[in-house]
Amino acid sequence: MDLNAIGFFVFAAIAVLASLGVVAQRNPMHSVMLLIVSFGALAGLYVLLDAPFSAVTQIIIYAGAIMVLFLFVVMLLNAHTEADAAPPVLGPRGMQIGALLSMLLAVELVWGLSRLGLTWFGNDPATIANISSVSRIGLAIFTTHAFAFEVTSILILVSMVGAVVIARRGQ
Amino acid sequence: MISLNHYLVLSGILFAIGTAGVFLRRNLITILLSIEIMLNAVNVTFVAVGRYLGTVDGQIITFFVMTVAAAEAAVGLALVIALFRHRETLSPDAFTLLKW
Amino acid sequence: MLLLIPLLPFAGFLINTSIGRRLPKAVTGGLACLAMLAAFAVAVMASLTANAAATHAVQQTVFRWIPSGDFQIPFALRVDPLATVMILVITGIGSLIHIYSTAYMHDETDSEYARYFSYLNLFAAFMLVLVLGANFPVMFVGWEGVGLCSYLLIGYWFKKKTAADAGKKAFIVNRVGDFGFILGMLLLFVTFGSLDFQEVASRAAGMPVEHVMGAMTIATLLLFLGATGKSAQIPLYVWLPDAMEGPTPVSALIHAATMVTAGVYMIGRNAVLFQHAPITLGIVAGIGTATALMAGTIGLVQNDIKRVLAYSTVSQLGYMFLAMGVGAYAAGVFHLYTHAFFKALLFLGSGAVIHALAGEQDMRNMGGLRKALPITFWTFLIATIAISGIPPLAGFFSKDEILFNAYSKGFHILWAIGVLTALLTATYMFRLVFLTFFGERRHDAPAAPAHPEEEEPTAQAAGHGASAIGAGGAPSTPHGAPSTPHGAPSAKHGAPHGALHDAPPAMAFALIVLAIGSIFAGFVGVPQALGGSNRLERFLEPSFEAHATAIGEFGPAGTTPATAPNEGAAATHGEGTEAQGVEYTLMGVSVGAAAAGILIAFYFWYRNRAAAARMARSLSPVYTLLLNKYYVDELYDAAIVHPIENGSRVGLWRGIDVGVIDGAVNGVGALVRATSSGLRRAQTGSIRTYAASLFAGVVLILGWYLWR
Repeated sequence: MDLNAIGFFVFAAIAVLASLGVVAQRNPMHSVMLLIVSFGALAGLYVLLDAPFSAVTQIIIYAGAIMVLFLFVVMLLNAHTEADAAPPVLGPRGMQIGALLSMLLAVELVWGLSRLGLTWFGNDPATIANISSVSRIGLAIFTTHAFAFEVTSILILVSMVGAVVIARRGQ
Repeated sequence: MISLNHYLVLSGILFAIGTAGVFLRRNLITILLSIEIMLNAVNVTFVAVGRYLGTVDGQIITFFVMTVAAAEAAVGLALVIALFRHRETLSPDAFTLLKW
Repeated sequence: MLLLIPLLPFAGFLINTSIGRRLPKAVTGGLACLAMLAAFAVAVMASLTANAAATHAVQQTVFRWIPSGDFQIPFALRVDPLATVMILVITGIGSLIHIYSTAYMHDETDSEYARYFSYLNLFAAFMLVLVLGANFPVMFVGWEGVGLCSYLLIGYWFKKKTAADAGKKAFIVNRVGDFGFILGMLLLFVTFGSLDFQEVASRAAGMPVEHVMGAMTIATLLLFLGATGKSAQIPLYVWLPDAMEGPTPVSALIHAATMVTAGVYMIGRNAVLFQHAPITLGIVAGIGTATALMAGTIGLVQNDIKRVLAYSTVSQLGYMFLAMGVGAYAAGVFHLYTHAFFKALLFLGSGAVIHALAGEQDMRNMGGLRKALPITFWTFLIATIAISGIPPLAGFFSKDEILFNAYSKGFHILWAIGVLTALLTATYMFRLVFLTFFGERRHDAPAAPAHPEEEEPTAQAAGHGASAIGAGGAPSTPHGAPSTPHGAPSAKHGAPHGALHDAPPAMAFALIVLAIGSIFAGFVGVPQALGGSNRLERFLEPSFEAHATAIGEFGPAGTTPATAPNEGAAATHGEGTEAQGVEYTLMGVSVGAAAAGILIAFYFWYRNRAAAARMARSLSPVYTLLLNKYYVDELYDAAIVHPIENGSRVGLWRGIDVGVIDGAVNGVGALVRATSSGLRRAQTGSIRTYAASLFAGVVLILGWYLWR
């Protein structure tokens, strides 16, 4: 059991449990918090995968920006409990079916992915250095994928405008 | 010790959890959170496979996924706010005007 | 040139149909008559040309009608002796009737007048095509065309329901016959490979006589079925009495002189073919005789003047078919020719009577017209004597010829029935004369409704008051009450008309010419026994023979007669005194029968009318049976018409049309609605359900892919 393995199982466990908590929690505030925890665990996993840049961006963008946004909205709407305003469309029967379907999906995914056969990571230091190099990532983004980059920025602009328009109060 | 399969399994589990959340929760915000979980699961897959293949493209994809997720979260939350103003509730079952 | 003969009346039809309604009556009527007279002139010329030719025939192919591989049908017209007789009769008597109509139909409006003449011209055109056709399809065009015109003219006053119904009945019954005709044609084509008359005849001549049911017998039987429809024999005669709904000149032209003779003509045209099918000939003779007798008995008790004449026509047609059936083709055509004269005259005369009495048609309301309508009376009397077969008028020679041939060929029973029918003919015709023209004016018929134009005849006319003739409880003939809406206001009962006017000049002219014809027309066929040379028979001989070689275009046709079926049929008229003795005896018998009939009529309807009434009462069941025409119409109604009607209404309409077809269409709609109302429930409006279904779909598809 080397450090890699221990780290993996720890972080994985945290991620899964936190995600379960997100789904199971009643209070949305708690859900958000647990999700932040989950993101943190995932960032750790990224580090283990020799992708420090991804880990950092995960924390900064996801945990730092997106989750904060969620937090703002939760607090703004004061939705701290789950008020049953309308009778649920899916009764307990539906819930059971949903849970069943989810488990089925998990089983299928696991089974499908495991059919790939055991695949080990390579340990070539040159490759690792290549992967984890931020300059390499930057180079790729701004040259090979420059178009996608520009489009993404337009997308963000559009979504920003859209969010403002939709959430505006009044006509 | 840890192979690609481990990561893929993990990703699958997280994805399933996310899907369950979308389906089972009766709070719009929590549904959005579950969607984020799903996106993250996919990110894990990308990074792991990128590591396996020895390219940097996996991380680049996750970079873009995160960006798009941010945009989507922004718009989604704006919609939630607008809907909340309308009905004073965050339950998806309250919005069934398109019923037959 | 031959094309002109039908083309002139056809041109008259076109003009009168298109612009006739804006023209004054004098123009439309004159135009129609002119067309007919011109056609007559051309017909005379064509006849002379044909007679001068070596083969006594002239043919003209107008255009190539149906060129279809083996099935080549040219639109060809041919004039030979038989056709000569026919076209002269059609155009000649047709012209007279056109002239008569100009006066008779004068009360109609301009457009109706033009319509009448256009139909009449069209009829003449089609009839001429029928008799001039050189092959079956062309004849069939004419055949169908005259059926159509008959419908149009019978239903001329179509606003009157009975007239419209009668037109329909005529057309439909004719159709049944035409069906047989078509099948016969097809069978002939299959058998002989051609539909040209000459070719069929020459090929048939080469075949042995069929004494069993072979192709020729079946084909000729089918053709004869068509003839029974067109010429009103059993079983398809039922339309002719109803056809009297049409104007009287129409009855004269179509239902006496020309159209109804089409069947006789058809058999004559195919004499060689029929000669090879003795079974058919036997059936023809039998049906002809039976029809003659049956119609004669019915005519004895009818009260409508035109009905009596209608049944008389059916009866005389029976004689013609009897002649054809025993192989005496020339005799049949001879009777056709003389019958055209006196029957047309009878109808036109009755038309004059009806015209004078402003629409009265029931003989029980007539009488004493002898002094008031002299021209009408005398011409009518001449025609009656002619039809009764009294020498030396026309009817005697032709009828005697038929009876003689029947007897000498061994058909003694048919001969006897024929003589009996001759007696009946004389009886009912003279009954008609005595009731109409002699005695005092009577008003014996049951009261008629005040407005005959909108009458419901049977319901109201029957049962009102007592009929002097004592027709028990049975309804009188559907037109016991006066029925023809003659335009002029009708005062049918009560005070008699102020001045009964005799036939106006146009009508009188036609009557007189026809009367002359009735007297003298018979002289073309005087048998040798009486010193004549039977010119008509010898004239017609070439038509009843088969020619071996092909015919040239509009020129003398080429030659040798192969068989002459009429030679044996020209039964040995004047050879040897025993044969002559037989002939004189037979002549004496038929004249005697006629005289007896006249005497009977004289007694019952001149001297002692009450005796007639008493006899009718005492033989009431027989009387009712005859009055109701042996209930044949009712029988057809029950056996054929109603089942078809009910079958159509219940089975075809309700069952198939409404149930299946509409049901299928509506069912599709209902199915769509049911499906969609089921499917729309997927639209729950709840996003969670949508997400759920997406989710389920993903699971399923993923599972399926993983399974493979």
